[in-house]
Amino acid sequence: MDTRTSASEPGQGGAGPDTFPRWLMHHAKARPQQPAMREKEYGIWQTYTWAQVAENVRAIACGLAQLGFKRGDRLAVVGDNRPRLYWSVAACQCLGGIPVMMYQDAVAQEMAYVLQDAEIKFAVVEDQEQVDKMVEIQPDAPLLAHVIYDDPRGMRHYTQTLLMGLDELQEMGRIHDRNQPDFLDGEIDKGASDDISIMLYTSGTTGKPKGVCQTHGAFIAAARGAIQFDKLTDKEDILSYLPMAWVGDHLFSFAQATVAGFTINCPESGETVMNDLREIGPTYYFAPPRVFENLLTQVMIRMEDAGSLKRKIFHHFMDVARRCGADILDGKPVSGGDRFQYWLGNLLVYGPLKNVLGMSRIRVAYTAGAAIGPDLFRFYRSIGINLKQLYGQTETCAYVCLQPDGEIKLDSVGKPAPFVEVKLADNGEILVKGPMLLKAYYKRPDATAESINAEGYFMTGDAGFFDADGHLKIIDRAKDVGKMADGTMFAPNYIENKLKFFQHIKEAVTFGAGKEFATAFINIDLEAVGNWAEKKGMAYSGYTDLAQQAAVYELIRDCVEKVNADLAADPNMSGSQIKRFLILHKELDADDGELTRTRKVRRNFIAEKYGVLIEAMFEGRKTQFIETQVKYEDGRTGKVSADLRIEEVKTFAPQAGKRAA
Amino acid sequence: MDMTDMNSAATTTPSGRRQGEVILDLQNISLRFGGVKALTDISFNIREHEVRAIIGPNGAGKSSMLNVINGVYHPQEGRIMFRGQQRQKMEPHMAAQQGIARTFQNIALFKGMSVLDNIMTGRNLKMKCNLFQQALWLGPALREEIAHREKVEEIVDFLEIQHIRKTPVGALPYGLQKRVDLGRALAMEPQILLLDEPMAGMNVEEKQDMCRFILDISDQFGTTIVLIEHDMGVVMDISDRVVVLDYGKKIGDGTPDEVRNNQDVINAYLGSGH
Repeated sequence: MDTRTSASEPGQGGAGPDTFPRWLMHHAKARPQQPAMREKEYGIWQTYTWAQVAENVRAIACGLAQLGFKRGDRLAVVGDNRPRLYWSVAACQCLGGIPVMMYQDAVAQEMAYVLQDAEIKFAVVEDQEQVDKMVEIQPDAPLLAHVIYDDPRGMRHYTQTLLMGLDELQEMGRIHDRNQPDFLDGEIDKGASDDISIMLYTSGTTGKPKGVCQTHGAFIAAARGAIQFDKLTDKEDILSYLPMAWVGDHLFSFAQATVAGFTINCPESGETVMNDLREIGPTYYFAPPRVFENLLTQVMIRMEDAGSLKRKIFHHFMDVARRCGADILDGKPVSGGDRFQYWLGNLLVYGPLKNVLGMSRIRVAYTAGAAIGPDLFRFYRSIGINLKQLYGQTETCAYVCLQPDGEIKLDSVGKPAPFVEVKLADNGEILVKGPMLLKAYYKRPDATAESINAEGYFMTGDAGFFDADGHLKIIDRAKDVGKMADGTMFAPNYIENKLKFFQHIKEAVTFGAGKEFATAFINIDLEAVGNWAEKKGMAYSGYTDLAQQAAVYELIRDCVEKVNADLAADPNMSGSQIKRFLILHKELDADDGELTRTRKVRRNFIAEKYGVLIEAMFEGRKTQFIETQVKYEDGRTGKVSADLRIEEVKTFAPQAGKRAA
Repeated sequence: MDMTDMNSAATTTPSGRRQGEVILDLQNISLRFGGVKALTDISFNIREHEVRAIIGPNGAGKSSMLNVINGVYHPQEGRIMFRGQQRQKMEPHMAAQQGIARTFQNIALFKGMSVLDNIMTGRNLKMKCNLFQQALWLGPALREEIAHREKVEEIVDFLEIQHIRKTPVGALPYGLQKRVDLGRALAMEPQILLLDEPMAGMNVEEKQDMCRFILDISDQFGTTIVLIEHDMGVVMDISDRVVVLDYGKKIGDGTPDEVRNNQDVINAYLGSGH
């Protein structure tokens, strides 16, 4: 068994307060005039200092107490990233309650489930939209007694007795506080480090969503570890724009900000995020890969429209950046000539570009949640943005592995974070232990027992391995990972992701568990391959026709070969190179049940449906006839048939392959 | 006052709205262009805080009616009483000073100017500083500008157009331009808001948004709203009272339900081969 721990000492002994309310009061005393939050409203960034935040949290907490909120009660919080919703979370914690974060775009029924599951009596919601949902589901959630709304707009004609404006609540709270000035401090004093500080629901892709209960101690340890790891200070600025119910936002915008004392900035609305990003210029930034991808696409589209001189300068210096930018960022030796060129490029291209993206001041940026494409990752690093990857889940406060500065690898998620121990089970499953583990799933001792083993390790369900430098590589969901006939690991998702990073490949499904070699189904990207075909002057009548052209097969074979070369370089994976592939005659479609609604391939369904093709690939036939039924969007069905070509791909001896680039 | 619950407020006639006194009373209005009778002997009134719709087939005289209200056309016969006083000869800018604002069927905005600047033009009448002070950017002018900008920002927030604040209007899609046009009218802080086909050319979602804004305006600012609209569903949902014109004559007047069951109205829309 392979166990790795971070060199740092365990987190419990660190200095400083041990609950979030105490941290808040600490900052209100230590840095009362420093900005804690900003929100853009009426076109201007409105600032709240730590002292003001503490005063507001106090008022909300006392108001809730006046309404009858007791220790251990749950408070639902629903809405976009608004300061007053963050304050409500803090206020609830002051009273020893448990904030339950809900996704603001969830439909009423989903919310009803959470309200019932967590037996919620109090809710703080953003606006009329959320109030409507609460009123709608109230009959299904009879316990719900108070719904407090932040934005009074459109609420004039609502007469339900359970509704109340946050303004009135705060006013009530201030009176309560004046009458019993010691009350809240007393409540804060009762809090303990292992009290539950927050409940975050898992997405529930498998079965019903589960409420993950995390303690003050867990999130404070995770926050403290990350602060120490990236040397964050109270001078950081971050933009809080990801859903509050998502563990990442809670870690970055709430836990880390409250512990380190830095400033969070709430955008004006969902549509102004990019503009607000530019105005704030955060020093610390988090975004899922798709945000980085959209930004890059915008830049590239605008560059296409630029004059030819500008375009030439841009492409020249992007070549320079690609050659040496990442190395300069990592502090590796780079020749003087390149350094000069990069300096010039920074002056002419990278600097202005970063400014437009709102990334001029970024010291640390993270991405996680999905695999990030190699070109994308390299682009940001090469222009001098310290983009890194992390790994974690709701159950671990989104805090397991982080990439250390200067040791960035494209396909790893870095080393175990401070205070965290990572171990690999025999089947490759990643097990973690540390102060940031969940206390329990709410009211689900069975699920808790299932996910934490006898030795106290949380079983992530992901499979991975450590590379030679001790970096963790995630390869797949553990249940999808199989073994080839010779016993080497076969991780279909890992290979498919590599394939899908090529712009010409839209979907890929690989097979190989229990076999001598691996094979793949490919879906070409009609738009990308179509463009390519048009440029070459190839005629085609549609997807099926284009997919079966010899030139297209050649194009795809190149991609598969590069993936094979990549796999060969990796001793754990070299056995699972793809020997044969075919391009499917139709696009995989959720309507035909081949993909889930979130566009994940349904492996078993596809294996069954196209069993004859898989068989043909493993038997080494040159072509195979197939006829499939397809469902059109209007519900009619039709048939698509084709003679599919099956082609062979070059495989490489282990370690012999060079990195494809 | 009778309060409706929220569900019915969105779909049926919102009876919960307070209706005040008659603010504008049109009595026996007739309007001719040469020999063409655009409006013949039309009488109806508009109460404070209500949403009043004017409907009718093409060429019924709806826009002419609106133009009579805001002083563009001068009817040959009839009286217009505004807050109990008979209105004398009047021009559109006088209507504006009396607190009547309007939007246009074919958006009337400055295409090259930003959304902010366009809405700011609506504040024109409220500006007190003289040219000299404004040119020199003197203290009072600066203070005034800030106050107006705050008001404009409230409207931007109200109409949820923060993301296009600095975009030139010409670059915006049609639905958003309509919203900006509404914002410009709102910037006048009008007592009566005339909307000439606010939903024309919009898709369902944009229409829903616009309905919500109209109801919110009525709700929050208590503005009296007079609107011309072709979409019957919209009219019946959001209006308190509807007046129906056909060939320049009034053929119906009442609550949406009354109008819907009026045989003359049914004939005008369905019956006589229109």
